[in-house]
This record gives sequence, structure tokens and C-alpha cells, in this order.
Amino acid sequence: MDTLTMTGMLGEGFLVSLQIFLLTLVGSLPLGMLVAFARMSSFRPLALLARLYISLMRGTPLMLQMFAIYFVPYYVFGIGLTTDSKWQATIVAFIVNYAAYFAEIYRSGIQSIPRGQHEAAEVLGYSRTQTFCRIVLPQVVKRIMPSMTNEVITLVKDTSLAFSIGVIEMFTVAKQLVASQVSMLPFAIAAAFYWVFNLLIDFVAGRIERKLGYYHD
Amino acid sequence: MTSGTESVVSLEHARKSFGDTPVLRDISLSVAPGEVVAVIGPSGGGKSTLLRCLTLLERLDDGSLSYGGLNVASGGSYGEKNVLAQARQRFGLVFQNYNLFPHFSVLRNVMDAPVVVQGRPRDEAEAEARALLAKMGLAGSEDKVPCQLSGGQQQRASIARALALHPKIVYFDEPTSALDPELTAEVLRVIKGLAAERMTMVIVTHEMGFAREVADRVVFMDGGVIVEEGPAEQVMEHPREERTRAFLRQREA
Repeated sequence: MDTLTMTGMLGEGFLVSLQIFLLTLVGSLPLGMLVAFARMSSFRPLALLARLYISLMRGTPLMLQMFAIYFVPYYVFGIGLTTDSKWQATIVAFIVNYAAYFAEIYRSGIQSIPRGQHEAAEVLGYSRTQTFCRIVLPQVVKRIMPSMTNEVITLVKDTSLAFSIGVIEMFTVAKQLVASQVSMLPFAIAAAFYWVFNLLIDFVAGRIERKLGYYHD
Repeated sequence: MTSGTESVVSLEHARKSFGDTPVLRDISLSVAPGEVVAVIGPSGGGKSTLLRCLTLLERLDDGSLSYGGLNVASGGSYGEKNVLAQARQRFGLVFQNYNLFPHFSVLRNVMDAPVVVQGRPRDEAEAEARALLAKMGLAGSEDKVPCQLSGGQQQRASIARALALHPKIVYFDEPTSALDPELTAEVLRVIKGLAAERMTMVIVTHEMGFAREVADRVVFMDGGVIVEEGPAEQVMEHPREERTRAFLRQREA
């Protein structure tokens, strides 16, 4: 098999990796905000629940979480497992796992905004929602950009964990090719895919950071 | 002292503690329209807490607070959310460290609340914001962001921001404490200009000369009580209380 054919097959696998990546972001970016609010809630049971959630998600391997989410419906509810449920379990596991990390990044950003900003907004008559959306959130975005970029880059590479549950994404394809072609080249090509895509993320993140660099505080 | 009905703000028998530490002990203060009140006194005497209670950033443990005919708190219990919101429309607050919104342009800092909070037409709010900034000597800085301004300019922008909502009274919390002497002068000049226009103001300040010059009435606070108050000249030139005298002597030294 020539290099071009292998690259084509890996490219198809990468489209699946990309789907995991995008679906995870779409789900975990907003869910993380909810978790962050729960974690900062003055209603203690809710805050404790959010802490427990974050602790579990960060404290156990994502791979185990995928298996747990995959097998729980079968063992607990007796629901049959299908190829679809593998995919669904993978996406759900990625979303709930990354939401925990994003929640902590959001929290660090939100809590770093000086009290005076909230007080100025309160005295001017902004509602709590207005204060958050107009005053706090835009400043939070700027502050958390480096950490978010870090996490998003990690996510790109973590999509390869879906291999362990049998979702056929790029890393799964690479491993199959390595075995059938008795060559390490597919791994090298897969690495190049991850790296180039992360360069792209780095570039976009850099653009956003420069755009937000019009002020400092 | 003015009676409760005609005053812009009226605080009666206010008490406030942080934990076991009483910070305000039976404070009563009312301010008449057009009056400029300077609040002086040593740090930790309760001046800032007084302003924070007047601006609803802190809640009184006991006592009553009203703005014009609007009862905000009585016996330490506060009115409904919409009452507090109405009260907030009647005062402005200028902070010691400005607290401008760093991600907004200077213009937007001034016009955002009138549009978003008061629902005024954008064009009108913008025109007024520009006029206010010009009056504060900030014409040409509308499109800058706060970090491009000096401290004195930022403080003047924050005064414009407070005035843009047409408050009946403006509070100043040590407005020049974070500034160099020369920047202090430009901010004090602006406040004096407002006093000349009969803007009702309460100014917590460490600038004794300024208090003497701009205030109609001086309130000396220490240990959570108003030790002495009266016409500026009387309190600052001929204080009756020993604590006031000691404070002023120490200030001059």
C-alpha cells in the first residue's frame, strides 16, 4: 500500500476524530458554564454536588468513564448495546469529562474579576444577568484564553482514546495499518495530522488573543 | 440639619457591624438638595462603610434609609427589589480606584448604562456622553480604553459615567487617594465645578484643604459615630470636640 492511500485512509479516520472533537466542544463548553455556576453557588448542596462531579471527572481516567457510560445502560437497565451506543457513550463521556475541566477554568476566570467591577455595575443599576453578560464574561474570555487553548489542544489528542472502546477514528485506523503493513509510517502520518491541526488551533487562538489585546487591566 | 421630607437622602439611626465589630453606631445624616457634604476622619472610622450603606453595597443591621420619598430601609429591613432598583437610579458613586470597565471604550463606559439600564435612545445617550466627557476635559479620548488614560483622566471618566445617569446625588469615596498630587488637582477642579453647579454631593476625603473649600458642611467621623458636624469653616477652624482637634492637628503635621 502506498503512502497516499494510507494518508487517505487516515484522513477519513481523522474526520471521525474531528467529529468527536467538535461534538465534545459543542456540549462541554456550555455544560462547563453550568457546572461552574453550580460550583460557585451559595446553595451548599449544589456546590458540593458540583465539587463531587468535578472531582470524579478529573480524578478517574477518561477511558474508564467511557466504559462506564457504555456499559451502565446494559447492566443497570438491561438496554442492549449496539454500535451506535458505543459512539454515543464516547461523545457523552468526552462531554461530561471536558465540562469538568472547562468549569474549573471558567471559575478561575470569573473569580479573578475584581469585586469593584461587580460593585460598579451594581451601583449603575445593571441587573445580575446584564452584569455577567456585558461586564464579567467578556473580561473572563480574555483571561482564560491561554488555559482554554491548552485544554482544547489536549482534547484533539484525547480523541484517540475513543480507540479503546472500538470507535474507528484516526488512531484506530493507524494501529490497524501499522499491524497490516508492518510499518511505523501510519503512526508518523497520524502524528502529523494531530500536530498540523493543533498548529491551526494555536494560530486561531493567537488571533483571538491579539484581538482581545486591545486593552489590559 | 434638614428635615426628612425635603432631603435628597436621609439616614436615621444606622447601625452596622462586621461580625462582632460595630462599624456604624447610630449614624444619622441627611443631605439637602444642592448641598455638598465632606466626610472626614481617620481610617477605620466608618466613612467608607457609611458610603457603602448609602449606595446599597452593604446592608444596615438597623436604622432607616430613604431617597426623597422613597423608603429603602426601615428598622433594618429593606424594600422589594424594584424599590432598591429605583433608589439606585437616584444616586451615583465614584470609587477610589475608578472601577471603569476596562474592555469598554471611554465613551461606552459612559453611555452603556443609560442605554442598557435606563433604556434611553442610543443617539441621545451618546450625544450626552460626549458632552459630559468634554466637560470633564476628556474630549478626544472617547475611543480610547481606560488603560490608555492617566489615573486622573480615568477618575474624571468615572465621574462622567456616574453623571450620565442623572443622579440626584453623587457620592465620592476618596476620589483622589490613588492619584499623584498633580492628577489630584485636576479631579478636585472637576468636583469643584460640580459644586458650583449645585450638584448634591457627599465626599469622603483625606484632602482637608479641599473639604474646607468645597463643602457646605463637614462631618467628622471616628469610631463609627459622627463626632462633630457643622459648617465647614466651623468644624475645620474651630472644632469643638477634642477628637476633631487631634485629628486635624495630626493632618496638618
